Amino acid sequence: MYNLTVNNREVSVDVPGDTPLLWVLRDELRLTGTKFGCGVAQCGACTVMMDGMTRRSCVTPIEMADGAFVETIEGLDTPESQAVQAAWVANDVPQCGWCQSGQVVSATALLTEIPQPTDDDIDNAMAGNICRCATYQRIRKAIHDAASTLEG
Amino acid sequence: MTEHTRRQFLSASAGLVVAVTLPLPGRAQSGAAAILGQDAPTQGDFAPNAFIRVAPDDTVTVLIKHIEFGQGPYTGLSTLVAEEMDADWSQMRAEAAPANAELYANLFFGMQGTGGSTAMANSYMQMRKAGAAARAMLVAAAAEEWGVPAGEIEVAQGVVRHGASDRSARFGELAERAAGMTVPEDPPLKDPGQFKLIGTEVQKLDTKPKSTGQATFTLDVYREGMETVVVRHPPFFGGRVANFDPAPAMAVPGVVAVREIPSGIAVYATSTAAALKGREALDVEWDDTEAETRSSEEMLQAFSEAAAAETLVAEEAGDVDGALEGAEQVIETEFRFPYLAHAPLETLDAVIEMRDGVAELWMGSQFPSLDKPTLAQTLGVDPSNVIINVMFAGGSFGRRAQPDAHLAAEIAAIAKAAGRNGSWKLLWTREDDLHGGYYRPMTVHRMRGGIDAEGNIVGWTDVLANQSIMAGGPMEAMMDKGLDPTAYEGATKMPYDLVNFRTSWARMESPVPVLWWRSVGHTHTGYATEVFLDMLLEAAGKDPVQGRLDLLRADAGRDRAVLERVAAMAGWDGQRVKGDRGYGIALHESFNTYVAQIAEVSNDNGMPRVHRVWCAVDCGVAVNPGVIRAQMEGGIGYGLTALLYSQITLLPGGRIAENNFDDYRMLRINEMPAVEVEILDTDHDPSGVGEPGTPPIGPAVGNAWRALTGQTVTRLPFTVGVQS
Ligand code: FES
Ligand code: FES
Repeated sequence: MYNLTVNNREVSVDVPGDTPLLWVLRDELRLTGTKFGCGVAQCGACTVMMDGMTRRSCVTPIEMADGAFVETIEGLDTPESQAVQAAWVANDVPQCGWCQSGQVVSATALLTEIPQPTDDDIDNAMAGNICRCATYQRIRKAIHDAASTLEG
Repeated sequence: MTEHTRRQFLSASAGLVVAVTLPLPGRAQSGAAAILGQDAPTQGDFAPNAFIRVAPDDTVTVLIKHIEFGQGPYTGLSTLVAEEMDADWSQMRAEAAPANAELYANLFFGMQGTGGSTAMANSYMQMRKAGAAARAMLVAAAAEEWGVPAGEIEVAQGVVRHGASDRSARFGELAERAAGMTVPEDPPLKDPGQFKLIGTEVQKLDTKPKSTGQATFTLDVYREGMETVVVRHPPFFGGRVANFDPAPAMAVPGVVAVREIPSGIAVYATSTAAALKGREALDVEWDDTEAETRSSEEMLQAFSEAAAAETLVAEEAGDVDGALEGAEQVIETEFRFPYLAHAPLETLDAVIEMRDGVAELWMGSQFPSLDKPTLAQTLGVDPSNVIINVMFAGGSFGRRAQPDAHLAAEIAAIAKAAGRNGSWKLLWTREDDLHGGYYRPMTVHRMRGGIDAEGNIVGWTDVLANQSIMAGGPMEAMMDKGLDPTAYEGATKMPYDLVNFRTSWARMESPVPVLWWRSVGHTHTGYATEVFLDMLLEAAGKDPVQGRLDLLRADAGRDRAVLERVAAMAGWDGQRVKGDRGYGIALHESFNTYVAQIAEVSNDNGMPRVHRVWCAVDCGVAVNPGVIRAQMEGGIGYGLTALLYSQITLLPGGRIAENNFDDYRMLRINEMPAVEVEILDTDHDPSGVGEPGTPPIGPAVGNAWRALTGQTVTRLPFTVGVQS
């Protein structure tokens, strides 16, 4: 039995300790906003926040998340996440949409850390998130827009 | 429109429904697919307008007959309806149309399906007429209610108004009465000059749910008691199960069954993690007697030899052999292209539920008209008892358009092997995806070009060798004289006046299954023809832009216009190199959309770094310029990944070398060029944009690289080609 806080809710799950957090979130908790794209920490589709840091949930065994504070796309609710999501909508960023939960989580983490990121900051923070539809140009612009909103 | 008497508007809880006779009353939202997923009306029904529902709450829901995987049909087709209805964009909603070939056929295919960048083109008039009919009926309803002539009524932004009597009503208020009105035979359409929404960048309807994690894809479907299934497929193509031992898999907690199905060994479990662990534990012996055991290198060699031998002529003009004989200078090159996986970010997946002879499927079904009979046949149920929910898909790029319906067949086999009521989710991992075949065909182009003493191109031959996508499936009937145009499209019907030319094809055979990959034949013909042309122009001492313009046929006006536009955008001045940057151009029409691109490239440790791309596109009437630009950006990123990094490699013995994104690399944000798109203002009917942005980027970068380094890369991807 593992206990953790997910989106401010305390949950207990009875699964083997090597079960990836991704599948706990999806199969057990039915938080389906977090996506599967590779399973080997290469694409970022499964990105969540764990104890304040971005984390690839596909390679995070649940035993490592025991006692942790986890936030998924469904639970994001800060000025940064709101600015990011508003900018995502305004720029019509998503195409197929599959990568976008992970992109939004990574972008939110970036702005929380660096309120006015440069293009290099964006490259560093976002290069772990693949977008097969190549919405990168809009992601970059949306992050800059969100930063301006937060500053304004 | 004919047989309008067979059509009627239904008054139901959902309000106004433009539809053919429906067997059940309408229901809202999620039930719609199930309701409409009935067998088609009897033969002779002409039912183009089963597309619109107006609810009492004023929402207008458009049933979209094309799958949405980011290319924009939800927004685009809804825009057409909203335009002719004079609806307000904020009241528009979209949802997937159910599987029903008669109601929701792609008018270019004659069956329900998405592909070839046809969604907008085949729907343009159909959806506008659907909207115009709905508008006319709302107006008729208002006229009746208010006792005023219909001709005095105006509609704007979802409000129906009679000025003289100062009365107005919203769509929802009129829905019920409108449902009783006669369907107009041939409602008038607007002149393009009257468009209010077409041509504007309305907000995409699926943007918000996709930015908040709320959009529901196939993998997000969970049914009560559902099991997750993964399948161990043969590790080489054409292989079979010889023997297997289910015991080690069954010993994994959570694994509930192991079954052999036609495509491999299926492991059933109570969770995804258990299914994956169970599959890992499986012990399978394979039979490779009929498998492809050649390596990619051996295959390329065989393809190259075949291209040198006798081949089928696809297109020919003049006396090319004589012309090459008499040419001052003859240039020969062979281009080699690898197999490519589509690698949509959502891997293949499907959910099936069996309920006493009823099969319900949730899947990113791109060809529902082929998936449905496959399910029915495999499961032995009547097609009328097969319900298909066409889900959002996390990308496809052609991968989900399966003429052999292999994914539907696999999920059906899984349900059949379970042999009971229940529900199952099939998941392919990334490794399954990359190892799974259905690749862009490996291709060789052998090219020869002749130049005369004045620098004119006097002869051009292109011999291709690759497998056929259409042969051996339901598309084979479309092949004429043994020719599969998808093998060489783009190397024929070129816009240039080459006078003496010949394009021919050698059909290759292999158990490796091949499929259309974003822009199909153009993926390689665009590169081969536009890089080779650049080589000839250079040898003739001509400017790449002016040289192309001089070569364009008199009737290639649209090609000329995008070429001139892109040259203006980039400020082309004939200098192919400036400082540390090289510039290359390419022009390529595909799916009736004309695209020209210029790439700015530098040399980053022996590999091109692409800084900027200028892109001019003519896709006819620009229904949503934002969607068009997004598709050009995406098509460029997709093509760039393939050009620089992508290859699926068969090792000696036939196993695949690439496993996941660590060795099948994707373009990342730091490698994405700044893309500038301009859309030509034309009044041609709209053509597609999902694919045509992809073909020109490879040759544009290849030509920029040639300019910068003098190296012509003839073997893709660049990671391999720059070294050879
Ligand atoms: S699924 Fe976790 S990084 Fe790709
Ligand atoms: S929007 Fe499709 S993968 Fe990013």
